[in-house]
Amino acid sequence: MPQYSQKTMDLFMNPKNVGSLDEASPRVGTGVSGSAVCGDVMKVQIEIGDDRRIADAKFKTFGCGAAIAASSLATEWLKGKTLDEAATLDNQTIADDLQLPPVKIHCSVLAHEAVLAAIDDWKTKNGLPVAPREKADTHEGHCAG
Amino acid sequence: MPVKTPIYLDHNATTPLDPRVLAAMMPYLTEHFGNPASRSHSFGWKAEEAVEAARAQVATLLGAAAKDIVFTSGATESDNLAIKGVAQMYRQKGNHIITALTEHKAVIDSCKHLASEGFEITWLSPDANGQVHPDQVAGAITDKTILVTIMAANNEIGTINPIAGIGEVARKRGVFFHTDATQAVGKIPIDVDAMNIDLLSLSAHKMYGPKGVGALYVRRRNPRVRLTCQIDGGGHEGGMRSGTLNAPGIVGLGAACELCRAEMATEGPRLTALRDRLASAILSRIEHTRLNGHPTQRVPNTANISMAYVEGESLMMKISDIAVSTGSACSSASLEPSYVLRAIGVPDELAHSSLRISLGRWTTQDEIDYTVDRLVKAVKDLRDLSPLYEMAMAKNK
Ligand SMILES: Cc1ncc(COP(=O)(O)O)c(C=O)c1O
Ligand code: FES
Repeated sequence: MPQYSQKTMDLFMNPKNVGSLDEASPRVGTGVSGSAVCGDVMKVQIEIGDDRRIADAKFKTFGCGAAIAASSLATEWLKGKTLDEAATLDNQTIADDLQLPPVKIHCSVLAHEAVLAAIDDWKTKNGLPVAPREKADTHEGHCAG
Repeated sequence: MPVKTPIYLDHNATTPLDPRVLAAMMPYLTEHFGNPASRSHSFGWKAEEAVEAARAQVATLLGAAAKDIVFTSGATESDNLAIKGVAQMYRQKGNHIITALTEHKAVIDSCKHLASEGFEITWLSPDANGQVHPDQVAGAITDKTILVTIMAANNEIGTINPIAGIGEVARKRGVFFHTDATQAVGKIPIDVDAMNIDLLSLSAHKMYGPKGVGALYVRRRNPRVRLTCQIDGGGHEGGMRSGTLNAPGIVGLGAACELCRAEMATEGPRLTALRDRLASAILSRIEHTRLNGHPTQRVPNTANISMAYVEGESLMMKISDIAVSTGSACSSASLEPSYVLRAIGVPDELAHSSLRISLGRWTTQDEIDYTVDRLVKAVKDLRDLSPLYEMAMAKNK
């Protein structure tokens, strides 16, 4: 286990936005990234308000401290954003903010992927076109599954 | 009673130095600083005397003759010397070595090194409890086999192998038997004659001695094992391991062996009781947990437990005032889950969820009870955070 930054430790110990939203609701988009076999699964949910902004964001994460801190940071950042803004979330920003060591960069990638998947899920539910997306392979590289 | 933190429950990684061992070593770090190989003055004689006394202490713990003990820098070196030393010495006789998937990296990588030089390695699969059986070994021996190397006890799961049976099979077939007993020596009785062991690796820092010193038992009679030395030089240790002897470290190893020998009969049951108290409390108070390794054939101090739906590194962070280790990929440099747990068929999800808790000489019941309470709370908190737990519970509804 690496020495984490104070911010990572704080977010790990007291993560924000833990929980679940109603997956069946048309207002809610759900995205899951990672896999249990690889040791990390992240679920991010967003609720889109009438103003087309993210009214709420929740997560549940099975993974290391960095993954949990990254989920908390990402969901907190999402709130109030439009979908277009949300899609610009950059995993490097999360990694820098948490001062993640190189072996933990993929945990921030995981958060990024879950957010994009949640956006796509909401769009699909609401009849909007979804652009095909290449899956980041950073995570596959880590898991020999 | 409040316990003092941090609590150390990672004794399979390394142990603290016993103050009595330190006291035995001190004079050899200070006034008796001589080189044991200096034959011409009292400084050398004093150091040599101490080294030979330590050699006898190590031998006594193993039921061996003192002259069969070769001092090394630790178990990694002992494993390398035993495996490569036999392979190179007996290459004319055969090129086949038998080992197992759950061995320590020092054994695995020594064997892989030899494979790259043309040796044939048979990698035996342990059973679901982690044991390799004598009949598996017997079935793998061919007329090209020169060495069987199977560990006495596993460092991650604590499973004890039936080494007496394996030794018997190897001896009957005229094949040398090496055992990496780093995690067994000092914890359970070992007798190299009764168990037909020809080579045995051990390390001081796993038994309350100092780091950087260990030994290799090399049988000199019935049958005699010869080794190609791996470190050339002044011909110390009967030519098997050159280099000025680490006299204070060796004195520490000797003292550590003596203490383990004297205390094993009381310390073994004490640790077994504490370890079982820990394991049964975890298994009964936390749902969806399982013990990895053999239910009974296990060294007294080790419990390896998977707590489903919770990732091991995050669990260790939650209980950061308690030092343990995990088989999760997230905490390994390679980002691979434990190969030992994989080899015994633990699904990867549960390998990521595993904790190894290894007790030691100063572990108290209060520490164990505190650890269980902390774990119960930490697992609950992390399951509240776990999408896998949520999915599993939804399915069960
Ligand atoms: C079974 C086993 N073999 C070998 C070693 C290596 O011992 P050392 O640290 O003395 O090189 C260890 C310790 O990590 C071990 O547990
Ligand atoms: S989730 Fe596995 S290293 Fe972060």
